[in-house]
Amino acid sequence: MRFMPEAAWNTTAGRFRRASLWLGLVGVLAFLLADLEITTLSPGTELARIGTGFLTPDFAATEFVWQALANTLAFAFQGVALGVVAGFVLALGWRFRGVRAFSAVIRAVHELFWGLIFLQITGLSPLTGVLAIAIPYAGIFAKVFGEFLEEADARPATALPSGSTWLATFFYARLPLILLPVRTYSAYRLECGLRASAILGFIGLPTLGFHLETAFRQGDYSAGAAILYLFFLLIGTLRWWLHRHLLPLYLGAALWWAPPLSSAPAGTLWRFLSEDIVPAPLRQDGGFEAFMQWCLRLASEQALPGLWHTLVLSSAALLLTALLSLLLFPLVSPRFGSPLSRGLGHILLVILRTTPEFLLAFILLLLFGPSMLPGIIALALHTSAIVAWLGGRFTLQWPARCDGATGLRGYCYEVLPRIYPNLLALLLYRWEIIMRETAILGILGITTLGYFVDAAFAEFRFDRALFLILVSVLLNLGVDAFSRRLRQHLRLSLNEGRTLARLPGADTTPPRGAAP
Amino acid sequence: MDVLFSFRGDHLYQGARPVLTDLTLTVRPGEKVALLGRSGAGKSTLLGALRCQHATQVAWCPQDGALVPMLSAFHNIYMGALPRHGVGYSLLNLVWPQARERQAIHALARQLGIEDCLRVSIDRLSGGQAQRVALGRALYTRRPVLLGDEPVSSVDEHQAQRLLALALSQHDSAVVALHDRSLALSCFDRVLGLRDGALVLDAPTSGLTLADLDALYA
Repeated sequence: MRFMPEAAWNTTAGRFRRASLWLGLVGVLAFLLADLEITTLSPGTELARIGTGFLTPDFAATEFVWQALANTLAFAFQGVALGVVAGFVLALGWRFRGVRAFSAVIRAVHELFWGLIFLQITGLSPLTGVLAIAIPYAGIFAKVFGEFLEEADARPATALPSGSTWLATFFYARLPLILLPVRTYSAYRLECGLRASAILGFIGLPTLGFHLETAFRQGDYSAGAAILYLFFLLIGTLRWWLHRHLLPLYLGAALWWAPPLSSAPAGTLWRFLSEDIVPAPLRQDGGFEAFMQWCLRLASEQALPGLWHTLVLSSAALLLTALLSLLLFPLVSPRFGSPLSRGLGHILLVILRTTPEFLLAFILLLLFGPSMLPGIIALALHTSAIVAWLGGRFTLQWPARCDGATGLRGYCYEVLPRIYPNLLALLLYRWEIIMRETAILGILGITTLGYFVDAAFAEFRFDRALFLILVSVLLNLGVDAFSRRLRQHLRLSLNEGRTLARLPGADTTPPRGAAP
Repeated sequence: MDVLFSFRGDHLYQGARPVLTDLTLTVRPGEKVALLGRSGAGKSTLLGALRCQHATQVAWCPQDGALVPMLSAFHNIYMGALPRHGVGYSLLNLVWPQARERQAIHALARQLGIEDCLRVSIDRLSGGQAQRVALGRALYTRRPVLLGDEPVSSVDEHQAQRLLALALSQHDSAVVALHDRSLALSCFDRVLGLRDGALVLDAPTSGLTLADLDALYA
């Protein structure tokens, strides 16, 4: 008997399988290399105390909590508004490489790092909070809006009679095409801005995070829980009070409550630029050789270990995120379970994705002690809730067949192959975000790059801090480029903003009235 | 003798792909020319090349309409007038439609049969209505040369004849791509036929029959 020579497999799914296999291997390797030790002696007792605290929130325990709430809102509104305007201006020049590079650099620096920098320049003032949000957000908005413009239908603009001015063409045939996604995305970002504003409290700005950290560090979990509930309430009710027509009112109130002024004496900026951030050997006329030694020492003692830990932690977190997403998305997909199970699934995912990852990490740190484990779990829980929620929505994209397979067979044959490209694209976008968010883990004590940056600021060694921030910028740019290359190779959609705009409500639903 | 458009052994490309090779053609001012040929024969490419020759004289009506879906029919028609007005006036008209434009566009829309949907955005109109808006935008450009790419393909036959006659009456010269051969014979005075990347028919309509035109599609 002779066998026909079999043709080689040639499927799209094969490409995704191979890419996933490699990413999975990297993740497993990261888990093997990561420090996962549990160092606290009795995580059980601490957990019980935290649980009791959450059951007995004490709203009267924290002084000035309403001021902190107002500050959180004021910084977020001003920061996001300024970011939208600046980002839009940058997006107009998106075809210039210089503009794209500039946007990439400013968004590669985490809000917390911008906050630490501006604390030195503009002091403990509203301006610091506003700029810490506005600058990275301008970079993010520039990218998303720029890509909206790039991908918008170009035909209406070319159909206009020749002789139409650039400005008129833009307002008639370009802007209307992207206005709705711009609005949806900005609303989504406002929620992120509120979270960022709260987190800025961790470096001393008077927002909710400041009181949250104080309460948790002192073990006053009832007070901490109260602040957290307040924050949930703020985010959870967004859709009822965040109305497009009320935005000018909110912005006016934000400017009135916290005018964006600097509290630093004149000349601070100049001193910061001309002295503080100049590497120590150069400041003390140590010469080039001393400078090289300074760089080498900083690189070997702080930058490289920080870089390594950041990479290991984020790769492990990405793998855990992927696995959790695959497990969680059927909970909210109409193709699986009953209305009751889907309802419960929705509640679970809402809680997971509304709880800021820094808080999850904070609680897990108290439980497990300072290893990478809390960071990995916190980032993975938060991110996978977002990815799984979107994954559930993606399963609605094709018509259901009444004779289709159900249960595990349906999952493997019908659902997963169809939504896998979308899931993978989302995970790859999120990789960059996970990498940025490791900054906050550093401030909580996990030895990522953020840890060394925070330590350098605490020691007033701003030259070192800036060096380390530059390293983190390079890391983020590298990961962004790699993820982009991989998505191109896999022919996945390249625009996160568009994916989110098409499925509004990644973290929030657009405010009512936003849709026509 | 006056010449409006001319090609002398030119090659026309769509991107890097040659679509029409060795094209020789002259169109004089005042001529109304119908352009026929199977889809993919190069009609749109030829119209694009014609537009480039006299960009500032052309009222342009592209095939897919290329309208801005979320803006009203009024604003889409107004876009034809963008070169006539200053930026400030146009931006003002965008947020606050000006009485002068409203009157002029309403009169035009009544001729086109879309006066009832001027305040409706394009994404809520039918294909036929949207096509009339695109034609309205070209007419509102108020330029002497009409270049149209299937401007009435989604409109019923009777209306198509009326709209085409209206559009032609408002322009000195016109080159319009069509798929309806009887319209070509009834409304135009010259027919160009494209086939397999070449101009294979160029004749006055007076001597042509439908059967002659069928050869282009056989």
